[in-house]
Amino acid sequence: MAEKKATRTAYGEALLKLGEENPKVVVLDADLSQSTRTNGFGKKYPHRFFNMGIAEANLMGAAAGMASLGLVPFASTFAIFATGRAYEQIRNTIAYADLNVKIAATHAGLTVGEDGGSHQALEDIGLMRGLPHPRMVVAVPADAAEAEQIVQEAANFVGPVYIRLGRADVPFIPRSTEYSFTWGAAQLLRQGEDITICATGYMVHIAWEAVDMLAAAGISAELLNIPFIKPLDKDTILSSIKHTQRVVTVEEHSIDNGLGSALAELIAEKAPCPLERMGVRGVFGESGKPEELLARHGLTAANIAETCRRMVAR
Amino acid sequence: MASLQELTQIACQIRQDIISSLAEAKSGHPGGSLSAVEILTALYFEVLRVNPEHPAWENRDRFVLAKGHAAPALYATLAAKGFFPTSELKTLRRLGSRLQGHPDALKTPGVDLSTGSLGQGLSAAVGMALAARYLQLPTRVYALLGDGELQEGQVWEAAMSASHYQLGGLVAIIDHNGLQIDGPLASVLNPMPLDAKFAAFGWEVISCDGHSFPELLTALAAAQKSQEQPTVIIAQTVKGKGVKFMEGDPDWHGKALTADDAVKALAQLQQSIAAKEEG
Repeated sequence: MAEKKATRTAYGEALLKLGEENPKVVVLDADLSQSTRTNGFGKKYPHRFFNMGIAEANLMGAAAGMASLGLVPFASTFAIFATGRAYEQIRNTIAYADLNVKIAATHAGLTVGEDGGSHQALEDIGLMRGLPHPRMVVAVPADAAEAEQIVQEAANFVGPVYIRLGRADVPFIPRSTEYSFTWGAAQLLRQGEDITICATGYMVHIAWEAVDMLAAAGISAELLNIPFIKPLDKDTILSSIKHTQRVVTVEEHSIDNGLGSALAELIAEKAPCPLERMGVRGVFGESGKPEELLARHGLTAANIAETCRRMVAR
Repeated sequence: MASLQELTQIACQIRQDIISSLAEAKSGHPGGSLSAVEILTALYFEVLRVNPEHPAWENRDRFVLAKGHAAPALYATLAAKGFFPTSELKTLRRLGSRLQGHPDALKTPGVDLSTGSLGQGLSAAVGMALAARYLQLPTRVYALLGDGELQEGQVWEAAMSASHYQLGGLVAIIDHNGLQIDGPLASVLNPMPLDAKFAAFGWEVISCDGHSFPELLTALAAAQKSQEQPTVIIAQTVKGKGVKFMEGDPDWHGKALTADDAVKALAQLQQSIAAKEEG
């Protein structure tokens, strides 16, 4: 996993391709186009790029209006502002109205790093997954390859989509040659017997390292990548839990209302078994390097491996 | 072109339908529905290029009822225009009805945007106007806002973006009845002066009597000539217009009509029609 690329960068590249393929694709930004990587699209297609200034509520409303005339708008800003500042605009004028807006939000999670707690969205998955499917899809790509596929497919999918993108570079996840991306599907990345690790976004490659550590200690962990928090791929998750009977969830998001909560709901209703949620627990973020922050919040590969070992030994 | 007399008759019918549907629903917003009747009548019967036979016609003009609580007025107008049967108005706010408490574009033929949460409609109208320009459609976009709604900061974000993007095809109409739920605008949170604010945001500003068809039609015709500037029509109106015991009383913003209220209101409206016919 040597080669790295941020999912926001993959988003910017995918937009350039979409610009060529689909004249209905337009892009809106809120004065962050360099950071969100929409600036490349803006330079190439200036008449299809709308900088709405530092005014996120209007950004979402305008995107909804464009979608109502048949365009496919991608609305971008940081995740904290997209889902927090403009929550009710997304709720009422995009989701309730069922308008075909793609909210591509970057700088999500702890890995924003040095900007600190005010800028680290740790609640965005919760806000978006609380909206009823199919009026909102919640997608969290694990690496740049998956981000590109999700952005591409989101343009074809009819309906609102939230795409959670990161600032930090992330290694490409090794995938088998048989693998092909399926909208809405979880992916079995590593087969195992003793425990299921469900990871999303930036945490997937870290969970991959944890699986290697566990293997060295004689524990066989199964790793599922969960790129869709909503709709959740229940079948794939339940079929894994059926043989492992233990689950750990890992996300760079609050353990409340994110992937961990979604899994807890599913498991409690369908297949009760021991579950541990790894993520940010009951606090806001703070400044620091992404790796330092992940360590502070117990989200390293060693932390994940330790949690799994403890659960298997129980 | 409808004659003034025809427009007046349509407006009278719409007022009666508003009262009847609200009385049937036993909840809803009479005051701000009645203040918007002439504005809606002028738009739907003289200005908007829409086709009730083909509500989704791509090249049509778009209308956004940003003050979504005036849904009874919009529904009565759409029914009068032929988008759905007038008999359906009695299902307003009922479980399973196409006529939701606030406009739902997924349910009601002729409704271009789901609204209800104040402050958001003008932003969507900006997006519609941007899209119409990019798609090279002949579409013009009209949004009807309440004056209390102007307290929402998002309206001014939208106003800024409309002039920045030189949206000459966008017209905002303010139903300026001067009242909101908690009382007069000036006592709740004063948004005045409206004309100077919109002018400072780069809009062409026209003021008119929002119950006078000649004035409204002149204002709307002038707005259509704008090439690069969005236009706002500040339409001076009376909340509860047409029903004497409701006029100018903020209590009637969202108060339900009893059966007695409805009888009295309908009698007044019919009297005023008779008076106009004699006059």
